[in-house]
Amino acid sequence: MDDTTFSDLESESIEIMREVTATAAKPVMLYSIGKDSSVMLRLAQKAFYPGPIPFPLMHIDTGWKFREMIAFRDRTARETGFELITYTNPRGAAEGIGPITHGSAYHTDVMKTEALKQALDSHGFDVAFGGARRDEEKSRAKERIFSFRAPGHRWEPKAQRPELWNLYNTRINAGETIRVFPLSNWTEADIWQYIRLENIPIVPLYFAAKRPVVKRFGQWILVDDHRLPLEPGEKPEMRMVRFRTLGCYPLTAGIESSATTLDEIVAETLGATTSERQGRIIDHDGAGSMERKKQEGYF
Amino acid sequence: MDTLRFITCGSVDDGKSTLIGRLLYETKLIFEDQLEALQADSKKFGTQGERLDFALLVDGLQAEREQGITIDVAYRFFATPNRRFVVADTPGHEQYTRNMATGASTAQAAILLIDARKGVLTQTKRHSRIVSMLGIRHVALAVNKMDLVGWSEAIFDEIELVYRRFAHDLGFATITAIPLSALEGHNIVDPGHSAMPWYEGATLLVWLETVPTEQHERARPFTLPVQWVNRPNLDFRGFSGRIAGGWVKSGDSVRISPSGVASTVKRIVVSGRFQGVATAGQSITLVLGDEVDASRGDVIATAAHPIECADQFEAELLWMSEHALLPGRPYAALIHSKSASVTITHIKHRLDINSGARLAARTLGLNEIAAVNVSFDRSVPFAPYTENKRLGAFIVIDKLTNETVGAGLIRFALRRAANVHWQPLEVTKVARANMKLQEARCLWFTGLSGSGKSTIANLLEKRLHADGKHTYVLDGDNVRHGLNRDLGFTEADRVENIRRVAEVAKLLVDAGLIVIVAFISPFRAERQLARGLFDDGEFIEVFVDTPLEECERRDTKGLYAQARGGELKNFTGIDSNYEPPTAPEFHLRTVDMTPEACADEILRQLNEPRVIEFE
Repeated sequence: MDDTTFSDLESESIEIMREVTATAAKPVMLYSIGKDSSVMLRLAQKAFYPGPIPFPLMHIDTGWKFREMIAFRDRTARETGFELITYTNPRGAAEGIGPITHGSAYHTDVMKTEALKQALDSHGFDVAFGGARRDEEKSRAKERIFSFRAPGHRWEPKAQRPELWNLYNTRINAGETIRVFPLSNWTEADIWQYIRLENIPIVPLYFAAKRPVVKRFGQWILVDDHRLPLEPGEKPEMRMVRFRTLGCYPLTAGIESSATTLDEIVAETLGATTSERQGRIIDHDGAGSMERKKQEGYF
Repeated sequence: MDTLRFITCGSVDDGKSTLIGRLLYETKLIFEDQLEALQADSKKFGTQGERLDFALLVDGLQAEREQGITIDVAYRFFATPNRRFVVADTPGHEQYTRNMATGASTAQAAILLIDARKGVLTQTKRHSRIVSMLGIRHVALAVNKMDLVGWSEAIFDEIELVYRRFAHDLGFATITAIPLSALEGHNIVDPGHSAMPWYEGATLLVWLETVPTEQHERARPFTLPVQWVNRPNLDFRGFSGRIAGGWVKSGDSVRISPSGVASTVKRIVVSGRFQGVATAGQSITLVLGDEVDASRGDVIATAAHPIECADQFEAELLWMSEHALLPGRPYAALIHSKSASVTITHIKHRLDINSGARLAARTLGLNEIAAVNVSFDRSVPFAPYTENKRLGAFIVIDKLTNETVGAGLIRFALRRAANVHWQPLEVTKVARANMKLQEARCLWFTGLSGSGKSTIANLLEKRLHADGKHTYVLDGDNVRHGLNRDLGFTEADRVENIRRVAEVAKLLVDAGLIVIVAFISPFRAERQLARGLFDDGEFIEVFVDTPLEECERRDTKGLYAQARGGELKNFTGIDSNYEPPTAPEFHLRTVDMTPEACADEILRQLNEPRVIEFE
């Protein structure tokens, strides 16, 4: 992978971000702290250089993120100087909704989908950037770069606007919004190689280290803190693990790995035999679960 | 490493999704967990018995999996050591042609699938024409399901011959026919010698790895559509955009269109750094040497080759909406970064997708292609699509729903505006109106048939006349007896009806008259078009608001009875829509007011002394 590949990918993403800035009333960038968000942040810095990023970044905090992620988020905001908005669904927080007590589906529904819709509505954002890529999942492969959402944030996969050339129709009526995915045409391998090429800071959890884990449903779950109640007889053991993707704790499982450098991660990614979303419990909730969540307003 | 963007297209059940699934599988792009899911899905939805159904890897929407068809374009990624690939798997069903065009618009090559048992079908031809229209020059004719025709060389040769004859005038640079079986995996990645020893050409993957990719128009003169002006503080002002052609370096002389202002390139931001050079395809920010003005939609180009501007074009148009195209109706449009209002002024001909024959047409329906004349409401910098896609492509958007309804490709500019110079006239509209001791106005009455438009309009004219004003009433019925006698009551004709009367009203206002237009004028878009013809404050919309039941009760002309009886078609309020004004200058509710009171109300406000602001 050389410079021309990234020049094209970079230029397309930058064009998309500038198009939004030129046409949207009040855009926001969804920042999930993961590797894709880190790349999206770097691209936004480049798109508007030498000016600052002309929109805020928003993190939907489910209250169940790994501690290292929150620390990384706050450090990055401080060092980069972007405006950070965080939002947690007050209803969910008040009712103590969590993935362990309420199940992953309900937790995701309330703390992510519902929270996101509340946050977008309360701030009046009309366009929201997301870091989703088309190679992640089958229903994402079908989504437009500028993904039009009806009032209530619904995605109607059977009625997507045609999207020809690089001509993006950004016109919307009151109550309608657009989700925009500048990384649509990047692959997981592109993301890692770009992170290496640009030396982009990422959450340390992506690198392998000895961490306390327990095995559940055949996957390694990190014992991050007291939030994970141990089953009777369960004893955390120290293993070299890292994360290919970072979602909600404990909905994201780690993989056993010895990759402690970016070079090693890239090598491991290129030789991987399973998809990155394998560690995402949410995708296994049922066939078409991602499409259904997206129709309801999930990113 | 370069990237090839290609599409797969063809008719339903030709095996497009299976082919892509096979490509991903054989280039080792399917992960173990995805394979497990595929095995489970194949049992549940699969159409291949005990075998893996590769189509299920690609058809990602529930509705697609349930119906076993592809509805929307799916983008997939794979790579070999030689090249990166982005494949758009496009739907075969005719009703989803717009999704197919979405995939084709960014592709550099196309794989056209053909079922060896069926040969060249209508949909093969439709897709070939769209592929050709959008400027794709390299096509692989993938004759699939060879296993089902006994690997017959004769059948393959016959299909190739038929297709080459059909595609003769489509302008493809290369057509490569490959016999294959996506199901068995012959001639996709592995050669199919065992089954088809008679075929000595390339496999599909070899074709994909070697087909020429379109280099980003680097050889052309430099052009940069301004997408956004970067002005973070007083010290920096840069013009951001993606280079549409050529390359640029510091010190180059440039010219901005349409203003024609010249400047030089001082600095260039590429990838978040100041650099000396940038080339086509890169998103950059240009800092110019002078304090010149340029805004979104302008184009910065090499001074020696400034970019042309025009407002009237001949274009190819693909219509993508269930609602028919209405010539004369204003639509929104986007060409590179320039937003404008456009009208299709004339459909030259519609293209018969099968025969290529040119047919006469007054409107365009879903998935129809036509050559049209299009009029922009302002002069836009452009290049013909065949010379530069980024400067010659535009989309058409419905102003009310904001749906993308059309895709256009500029062929060339019509030199109308340049040829017919506007005569600067010294006797002006204001001069003419002053002589009549009045201000010229267009009072536009809209409302249902029988709402009282003509009655109020005639009363108002009498009062104005008595005051010594110079007036004229344009009445719907009367104009239809003369100027518009050739028009009926279809949506298209109604739009043209209003366009003509609006233009006449404009001429009369220019003559200094107070013009009263009394037309049903049911559509917002056309009333907006009429308003756009006049100066600020000149156009006064009067909504004669009488409920349908009341109009029908009055039925002074007996028309409602006929419409209800089915004798009159397209009657507003019955089987044709009326879109009430959202913010009319006058809203007359006739149920509560007599026609005299309505006329008085308008007259009173017209005569009110205007507030004069001191400058």
